[in-house]
Amino acid sequence: MANVLVVAEIKEGEPKKVTLELLTVGGRIASGLGGTLNAVAIGTGLGGIETKLGAHGAKTVYVADGVASYNSEGYTKILADVVAKDGSGLVFFAASSQGRDLAPRLAARLDAAFAADCVEIDVDGGKVKVKRPVFSGKAFATLTMDGTAVVSLRPNSYPVAEGAGPAAATVAAGGDFGAVKAQVVDVVAGQSGTVDLTEADRIVSGGRALKSADNFKLLWDMAKVINATVGASRAAVDSGFAPHAMQVGQTGKTVNPTLYVACGISGAIQHLAGMRTSKVIVAINKDPEAPIFQKADYGIVADLFEAVPVMQKEFEKLLAEA
Amino acid sequence: MNIVVLCKQVPDTESRIKLKGDGSGFDMDGIKWILNPYDEYAVEEALKIKEAGKAEKVTVVGLGPDRIVESLRTALAMGADDAVHVKTGDDYGDNLAVAKALAAAVKDLNPGLILTGRQAIDTDMGAVQSMVAELLGCGQINVVSKLEVDGGKVKGWRDVEGGAKQVVESSTPAVVSANKGLNEPRYASLPGIMKAKRKPVAVKEPAAAVNKAKLTACSLPEERKAGKVFQGVESVPEVVKLLRTEAKVI
Ligand SMILES: Cc1cc2nc3c(=O)[nH]c(=O)nc-3n(C[C@H](O)[C@H](O)[C@H](O)COP(=O)(O)OP(=O)(O)OC[C@H]3O[C@@H](n4cnc5c(N)ncnc54)[C@H](O)[C@@H]3O)c2cc1C
Ligand SMILES: Cc1cc2nc3c(=O)[nH]c(=O)nc-3n(C[C@H](O)[C@H](O)[C@H](O)COP(=O)(O)OP(=O)(O)OC[C@H]3O[C@@H](n4cnc5c(N)ncnc54)[C@H](O)[C@@H]3O)c2cc1C
Repeated sequence: MANVLVVAEIKEGEPKKVTLELLTVGGRIASGLGGTLNAVAIGTGLGGIETKLGAHGAKTVYVADGVASYNSEGYTKILADVVAKDGSGLVFFAASSQGRDLAPRLAARLDAAFAADCVEIDVDGGKVKVKRPVFSGKAFATLTMDGTAVVSLRPNSYPVAEGAGPAAATVAAGGDFGAVKAQVVDVVAGQSGTVDLTEADRIVSGGRALKSADNFKLLWDMAKVINATVGASRAAVDSGFAPHAMQVGQTGKTVNPTLYVACGISGAIQHLAGMRTSKVIVAINKDPEAPIFQKADYGIVADLFEAVPVMQKEFEKLLAEA
Repeated sequence: MNIVVLCKQVPDTESRIKLKGDGSGFDMDGIKWILNPYDEYAVEEALKIKEAGKAEKVTVVGLGPDRIVESLRTALAMGADDAVHVKTGDDYGDNLAVAKALAAAVKDLNPGLILTGRQAIDTDMGAVQSMVAELLGCGQINVVSKLEVDGGKVKGWRDVEGGAKQVVESSTPAVVSANKGLNEPRYASLPGIMKAKRKPVAVKEPAAAVNKAKLTACSLPEERKAGKVFQGVESVPEVVKLLRTEAKVI
């Protein structure tokens, strides 16, 4: 009997979508392990968070309120204490930048099995079993974990079940870090108001064919209509059309959206590495031989400068109907 | 101060990945092996810090079978001073086992700074660096695209969500993992390559690995089949309609 502990990420008082995904699939894993689904939230302004996490299935929520900024060592200490109290058999993170930073450190502290960036999770013979992409998504490895498992899950891997469960019981977790060696001294804001690529449900991406940074406005305009985020190929980033934070691919971000619209992107293997798990791929390219057409569900052989504005109008029309 | 750079050998990005006949693992026959691209950024940064007079020595440490010495030599040819080969079989262990063996080797070298890649591009976990930091009781600054070293402190600009950067300051020794954008790795010069052949590579035997995460199956993704291709701008309304009626994503 072991519990599942979801490490919640809270933004402006609300659990992130990926946290709800973790709770949804975590409930199933908890039954498999014969334990309960619990959650832990660390941050500030967490009043009432047990209602929101409880609605999606958490039974107990450990809350460390009043922790002003992220700290890998400090969070590891708080979480290790909670895990000891909770008897967690699975500590479940989002594969976000915080989860990627923190989860392996916690695994080492707990001397536990670790797997990052998983896309499937199950219980098999009482053990946590995960599937994760390797070789940039060119293959999958299934790992079976002995004892306590620390796992991070890639966003958009599981749907969110609409929950309306009761508020969970809260337990105050110690928020005291003790001495730490590294701390955040400043945060330089990025582009605000858009969802991060790794969490985005829809992405419009541009390649070298965009020709300039200004032309990316074309993509932002269309993205706004369908509530998407904008990405870029490495060639576009290296040419200075877009910042590296927007790069999708092997040396950029790995994305997992429902819809990926590739505009003027040839479809090099290193680009595919970052977006091949997209559920639906649309490609606009003027070269009918472009390799991206081998991977796209819908290919359009056309000049993107003509096609994107038309597509934007069509999206507007369609969404006005609905 | 001495700097240790962790260097992993990985398959070239263009490699075709095949499964072993019995599906028990990956068939690595005929693979071209390279130094993990993110580790090249780490090596370059270490060399720059040394050239700026802020470090005396750069040691590269790699864990794996004999073939990895070739990648350690790549780092030596770039300018690293010496290397440690933690010699294991082909599939030594899970990330925690690897991190424990690397942490033990690093500890013996008593470095002020440990540089690594953001992630290995084969297994893609991005785990070993945080584990090594924890095992050595160091601060960690992951996924940095800018680094400043100043006496007993390091300051790293860490790439987080939405293009934002967290600036993290740590006392040394600290573990810092390199992202693309940190620098432009130099090419090894011909004299560098010649000199690298004579540089020392120490060999270490790690303790037997305790494996908690076991590889129990491998698979290849279903090849994405080419879908429908439409000609010309005129087809855009049709495609948008299909996104609703057929693909159901809008
Ligand atoms: C180690 C390594 C790591 C890499 N990592 C990444 C990575 O993370 N991400 C990444 O993207 N790449 C990466 N690359 C680079 C990759 O190999 C390609 O060079 C890159 O993806 C090409 O970008 P692109 O498709 O925008 O440009 P191009 O290959 O130049 O393609 C441009 C495409 O636009 C089309 N086009 C031109 N004009 C128009 C128009 N007006 N309308 C419509 N179509 C038009 C052309 O037909 C062409 O197909 C990496 C490479 C290496 C070696
Ligand atoms: C044939 C084979 C079988 C395997 N079997 C298993 C298994 O059964 N279970 C399992 O969990 N894993 C298995 N692995 C994966 C193995 O655990 C990983 O190679 C190891 O954990 C490091 O990968 P990572 O993704 O965690 O590295 P990351 O954490 O992504 O690496 C980050 C950084 O750490 C440093 N680093 C990482 N590894 C090394 C290294 N070896 N030498 C020097 N520096 C390094 C580098 O600087 C790198 O950039 C297997 C690997 C192979 C090749």
